[in-house]
Amino acid sequence: MSREKLLVIVSGMIIGVLAVILVHLGNPANMGFCIACFIRDISGSLGLHGAEVVQYLRPEIMGLILGSFAAAILFREFKPSGGSAPATRFVLGIIMMVGALVFLGCPLRMLLRLAGGDLNALVALPGYVAGIWVGTFFLKSRFTLGKSFPQGSSEGYTAPAAAVILLVFLVMAPPFVLFSENGPGSEYAFWGVALGAGLLVGLLAQRSRICTMGGIRDLILFKDTHLFAGLVALLLVVFVGKLAAGFFEPGFTGQPVAHTDGIWNFLGMLIVGWGAVLAGGCPLRQLILSGEGSSDGLITLLGLAAGAAIAHNFGLAASPEGVSLYGQAATGISLLLLLIIGILNSRSGLSNKTNAGSSVAGD
Amino acid sequence: MTETIDVRGLSCPEPVMEVRNALSGKKTGEFTVLVSNATARDNVKRAVSSLGWKVEIKEIADGFELNLTR
Repeated sequence: MSREKLLVIVSGMIIGVLAVILVHLGNPANMGFCIACFIRDISGSLGLHGAEVVQYLRPEIMGLILGSFAAAILFREFKPSGGSAPATRFVLGIIMMVGALVFLGCPLRMLLRLAGGDLNALVALPGYVAGIWVGTFFLKSRFTLGKSFPQGSSEGYTAPAAAVILLVFLVMAPPFVLFSENGPGSEYAFWGVALGAGLLVGLLAQRSRICTMGGIRDLILFKDTHLFAGLVALLLVVFVGKLAAGFFEPGFTGQPVAHTDGIWNFLGMLIVGWGAVLAGGCPLRQLILSGEGSSDGLITLLGLAAGAAIAHNFGLAASPEGVSLYGQAATGISLLLLLIIGILNSRSGLSNKTNAGSSVAGD
Repeated sequence: MTETIDVRGLSCPEPVMEVRNALSGKKTGEFTVLVSNATARDNVKRAVSSLGWKVEIKEIADGFELNLTR
């Protein structure tokens, strides 16, 4: 086995171990790491949405960005770049967040929920794979958001600087920052530990390029198991850890921060998978890219944060009771938008075929 | 004659797909691939190595140059 693949596997295992530890130290159940949930909490803490139970400045997110930044600097891979379809990437961020909040978790949390025995995640996983599979059709039709270009240093330092400011807000707790008094937002590990875990994972993820979407996409496209091995390692470590600690409770009902609406769990994750293929990375990977100086990654994160505000302000986000009518409508709209973005940015096949088909449509 | 494939600035996995497309059907030859970051460098290297191409890597001003031969 190559050194690089070993690094991916070790990264997966360490993410798994830290996820279990963070839950043990206070994070919500099956939420050691959840990029979507944590960005949603930050969004709420800054007052972008008013859902009082999910407002906290999750230091794991700042740690992930700064860990990636440190690794990139250390290994001379910090390269400010950007300018590849920022508006489209922003929209893809919104769409991924809507999908994640219909399911109640990002792909990373889907794996953690699955390993913890939440069988609703077993319904969502085929949805995620299906979404990635659909996305690969667009890649084969030469889908692209266009080239990014080298940028000035301020473009690259923006994400790490924002992470530092958010950490200052967390520690100083100025009155304009909101913190949940109950609900998932009030459950957290001590900030120093959470930050440390984020830093370590950010460093490892930058070095290994681990990505929940990339692992499955490369398996489908190239039969390449390089990144996939990391996902399997993560799943196994958490599963064994939970089993050994007696926290493995298989079932559909009564699972923490989850609902049992199968179709919406499936479709929510399908949207995240499809969106992640078009955006070139899952939410975790976007955080790592932003730390490396990619403003394309950062704009996707801002889309995720805006998506969280939209999802909670418009009542699209699911709750343990299920998915609202608005959430179901948003799911349909998201699918339609992904189709449009996919077709408009594919250079061969799909868009031509669509035109050819429309010439006989008048009959 | 060396053919140059410039995939600088493309998001993953586009560099790998473009290079695979360009190499498909080629039994022997020399290609120069230009990538803008280490991730694309590693991904392209892994992909073409598995297809039996020899890879030499050189750092350039705005990324890396991969010289493929088979």
